[in-house]
Amino acid sequence: MELTLPAGPASEAELAALDEALSPLLDLSRGEGRAHSSAHPKRRHLLAGLHALRRARGYISAAGLAELCRRLEVPYADAYGVASFYALFPTTPRPPATIHLCDDLACAARAAPLAKLLRARLGEDPSAPVGEASPPGPLAWAASPCLGRCEAAPAALLTVAGEGDAALAPVSEADLVALCERLVPPPSREAATATSATNGAPPPGLLGALASPAPPRVVALGPALLTARIGVVDPESLADYRRHGGYEALRLALQRPPDATIAAVRAAKLTGRGGAGFPTAAKWEAVARAPGEHYLVCNADESEPGTFKDRVLAEGDPFSILEAITIAAYALRAQHAYVYLRGEYPLARARLGTAIEAARAAGLLGSDVAGSGFALEVHLVSGAGAYICGEETALLNSIEGFRGEPRAKPPFPTEVGLFARPTAINNVETLANLLPILTDPATYLATGTEASPGTRAYCLSGAIPRPGLYEVAQGTTLQALLRAAGVEEPPAAVLLGGAAGGFVRGDAEIALSAEGARAASVSLGSGVVLALASTEDVAEACRRIARFFVEESCGQCVPCRVGTVRQAELLSRVGADRPLGSLADELTRFAELAEVLRDASICGLGQTAPAAIASAIATFGPEILRGGGSRNEHEGAR
Amino acid sequence: MTLVHWSVEHHPPPPVLPDPPERAPVPLTLDGVSVEGREGETILDVARAAGIDVPVACYAENLTPVNACRLCVVELEGARTLVPACARRIEAGMVIQTDSPRVAAARKAVLELLASSADLSAWDAFPGYAARYGVDVSRFGEAVTASDDDASPLPPPTPGHHHPRSSPATARQAVKVDNDCYVRDYSRCILCYRCVEACGDDAQATYAISAAGRGFATRISTEFDVALPDSACVYCGNCVGVCPTGALMFASEAKLRSAGEWDPARQHTTETICPYCGVGCELGLVVQDDRIVKVTSPADHSVTKGNLCVKGRFGFDFVHAGREPPPRGARGAGEREG
Repeated sequence: MELTLPAGPASEAELAALDEALSPLLDLSRGEGRAHSSAHPKRRHLLAGLHALRRARGYISAAGLAELCRRLEVPYADAYGVASFYALFPTTPRPPATIHLCDDLACAARAAPLAKLLRARLGEDPSAPVGEASPPGPLAWAASPCLGRCEAAPAALLTVAGEGDAALAPVSEADLVALCERLVPPPSREAATATSATNGAPPPGLLGALASPAPPRVVALGPALLTARIGVVDPESLADYRRHGGYEALRLALQRPPDATIAAVRAAKLTGRGGAGFPTAAKWEAVARAPGEHYLVCNADESEPGTFKDRVLAEGDPFSILEAITIAAYALRAQHAYVYLRGEYPLARARLGTAIEAARAAGLLGSDVAGSGFALEVHLVSGAGAYICGEETALLNSIEGFRGEPRAKPPFPTEVGLFARPTAINNVETLANLLPILTDPATYLATGTEASPGTRAYCLSGAIPRPGLYEVAQGTTLQALLRAAGVEEPPAAVLLGGAAGGFVRGDAEIALSAEGARAASVSLGSGVVLALASTEDVAEACRRIARFFVEESCGQCVPCRVGTVRQAELLSRVGADRPLGSLADELTRFAELAEVLRDASICGLGQTAPAAIASAIATFGPEILRGGGSRNEHEGAR
Repeated sequence: MTLVHWSVEHHPPPPVLPDPPERAPVPLTLDGVSVEGREGETILDVARAAGIDVPVACYAENLTPVNACRLCVVELEGARTLVPACARRIEAGMVIQTDSPRVAAARKAVLELLASSADLSAWDAFPGYAARYGVDVSRFGEAVTASDDDASPLPPPTPGHHHPRSSPATARQAVKVDNDCYVRDYSRCILCYRCVEACGDDAQATYAISAAGRGFATRISTEFDVALPDSACVYCGNCVGVCPTGALMFASEAKLRSAGEWDPARQHTTETICPYCGVGCELGLVVQDDRIVKVTSPADHSVTKGNLCVKGRFGFDFVHAGREPPPRGARGAGEREG
């Protein structure tokens, strides 16, 4: 295939970044090239290459992308199509530093004055409609969907070309003013506007000068099966991990055949913690038996608004995730495992990366794990700002170097998965359950309920006095959980499961387990418990959720690509009291949209796009859609 | 030089190839009737064999199904959602309803959503589908028609940020005219991905275009939206050949349409063989008023599958040479091109 590429050279920084990122990946002596068979073995490094370009320059330049295409032999238009899919890969020039300010469900109210400040100091969001000039100087800002730091709302992410990324949560006006002052000092502001926006480099050591975010509140109401080490162990020390019981579970697993681990998982009735709740043993059995090469993928994309449990586990106890992955790969007979970690989690990326290196050095990963003869390589892949990449088949496409578009199912990933091989995809928390299942099955089975043993990690945020991660025995009631988080009067409403979940009344009596949720006709999803103080907030949340789905839809299928936009426009019209026809007409229209979204979308994003809004209407009546003034500056209709 | 004399007796008989293995029969129930398909077939294959007309938009016989339009969805007993007929392989015992109320409601909504977002006036199949499903083109906002109102190009993609220029948001944008062969009017694009497939894996392997951006703002684009002459495009026109809605159109056709002179009633198609090379692709020359206005090629051809190259697709001007007075400033009236 001929590649048609422009002649202009990439910058020094871009070339250096590509060298650093791609050389280890393309180094065939590591065995990666031979181990994976694929029609195009270099394509899968596209995501890593794009991250390198972003880190070097703050955006994807034409010349940088051309150089990447040359090295990976990927067609230029194709690679542009991939880059332009992801929110963290701007394809138009941007300043080297960007503040991504979350305006999603848990942060929206608190972020509004911060957005106003940034707009005043830095100009309009560069992703604003055409006609707005690119902001001058070395700093820009952009609104962001949920950053997974809801327990410390409002949250922001600072990305600095040449340095890296860092989260700021909670972020204050003072923090933002200090950043603006440091990057765009008042006396030279005129000079900065006169020079090219992309030439100004931010002052070095910017990220180092930021205070690290405070460690999150982590509370275990019963046995701390998953969270015991968080806040206790040094997350960067393998030795400290081992001192606190680490790698005991792997030792036990390796003593017995792989099927014994699958049997233990089956006996523990473990189900997926990412939101779908699929029985883990059934998934593993399908993959373990498959002939030929097969893979394990750890889904750490955690982008459901209101969810932060996987981040807390990965930042606070990264070796536990790695150990769990090792055990799972052993049970599955997989020699390669991929961790797909959302790109907005820089600390988790650093800690998981350190853990992988340390484990490899200690012989706990590699060609002979702990002397057992079992070989495993773990690859850490960073997402780049796309909620849809948490959908398992979109995730696979993303790893393979394609747009994060979901695939048709069937065939399911257990048959045709990563690189078309049988693949098991598991959530971080699901895998974390392996450790107590193996080291203390008696306690595990005695905790929780008969049908749902063990614990779950719930993410409490919103109108909550003590937001944070709460590990509770399965079957604990919603009210008990809210009380433990400091809630005295039940809130007006609680959003369970995030944007893809549903609203319940704040005083709802629900046992938090799969069977309890079924009995209450709700979905627990990814463990989001987001409290809303008033019904006005419910209306506002519905509009924000509708906008979320518009902005996260991959765009493949008509019901979702167009239907989510029409849904958001409908809510905006009704909220502004300008319905098309009467409110009843709009409700009928909404019902038609909801039906086609549920029935005919390719994937779960489209299928659940109307769910929360439908639950708000069912729980609070259709008038709920009229509530609330519009704090939302990005309405679909004006 | 020795003359080698060939005679029939020296030719060994051609080898007899074995028949391809029979694909296993797969019994299923389609609209209450027991039918049998072959392993590897899709629901759409079986439905068509049974004479059932399943509406399609993104499906094309010579391309890999992408099941993006969701128009061909059917109801499968036991499945939580409707399933795309074009991509779903048949299994024994399936019980399928190809046009249940649930299916009809979904198809109606899909057509209405499309009508609200793109200009469907050149999609030949749309009026029939709209009538069949009682489509109200204004259900989700005024139907998109050709208009100069939003005659500006779309801004570069900003995934994760939705900034519509109007409500309801539409795909309306300036027509892209940057070469002499074909025109890109993406106000008509329904994102069926056929052009990307034809340019890429399924036919041409040129990869000059891709889907860019995300969500509603997704658009078919060259790298950084460069003009076609600056891209990898080789003007094979295979994308034009598969576009169902006229988003990609011969420049000659677009010119006639905008002058209001495109008239299928005055057209006939001459079938011939391309004169340029030894492959001998079949051409369908669409002629109006003694001029070739468009070139097609049969999609069901077992070798070429409807694909052509730039010469066969666009190299027809020479036919017109000498059939009309030369343009002012060219050589004298008596001279011909040869």
